Amino acid sequence: MGEEQIIFYFFAASVLISALFVVVMKNLVRSIFLFFVTLFSLAALYLFALADFIALAQVVIYAGGVLVLMLFAFMLSNRELLNSLKPVASGFKVNHFAGIFISLLFLFILFAVIIKTDFNQFDWMEERVPINASDNTTHQIGIQTMTTYLLPFEILSVFLMMALIGAAHLARKGGKT
Amino acid sequence: MIPIAHFMLISAGLFCIGLYAVLTRRNAIQVLIGIEFMINAAVLNFVAFGKYDKIAGGGQMFALFAIVLAAAGVAVALAIILNVYKYFKSIDPTKTDTLKD
Repeated sequence: MGEEQIIFYFFAASVLISALFVVVMKNLVRSIFLFFVTLFSLAALYLFALADFIALAQVVIYAGGVLVLMLFAFMLSNRELLNSLKPVASGFKVNHFAGIFISLLFLFILFAVIIKTDFNQFDWMEERVPINASDNTTHQIGIQTMTTYLLPFEILSVFLMMALIGAAHLARKGGKT
Repeated sequence: MIPIAHFMLISAGLFCIGLYAVLTRRNAIQVLIGIEFMINAAVLNFVAFGKYDKIAGGGQMFALFAIVLAAAGVAVALAIILNVYKYFKSIDPTKTDTLKD
């Protein structure tokens, strides 16, 4: 087992464990700050798939934008939770058991499918050219955005503008509706 | 060289954690975090397969698109959560049931 494997599995374990804690934690502040750890470890995993630009975008967009938004929404919506942590009804509800059951079942199905699949047998896997670690993927992403994927890019920019205007409209203070 | 199946196993685990959060959490922000986990699991798969696609670069491009779409979704969802809190004084999705018949 080389250094690459050790670092990869360290970050993989960090993603899964911190994600699990984010989900089961009762305290929302801790849960949101642990979400940071998950997102950064996930960005490290993207680096192992030789997607350095995606990893950078993940850090900038998620850790820089989404996390701050979530903290703001939390602070604006949970006044009473910040003052005194009210006791949460302990014990599992039926809802919990159904949720755990469905998630575990889904996990089992996905694992079974992935383990049974031999990825080397597909001919589309063989005829593709893999990315080398020395390739400049940022350069290629820039070229492809303006050539092959120009239409999705334009649709995405219009959609992003619509979503942000809509969000600003919804969050406006003292609106008529 | 990490085999692609290991990327997919990690993303399957992350997806199921997100699914559990969406199904059982009693707080709209944590439900939103669950949805983010599911989106990130999909992005991890995109990126892992994009490693084998140097010419077209589809995996990395659409991973980028998915990240941007998720960010837009979060902005709208948090605006909705703030409005829900204004009306119901709670962001528990089980308590906002006035639309129920």
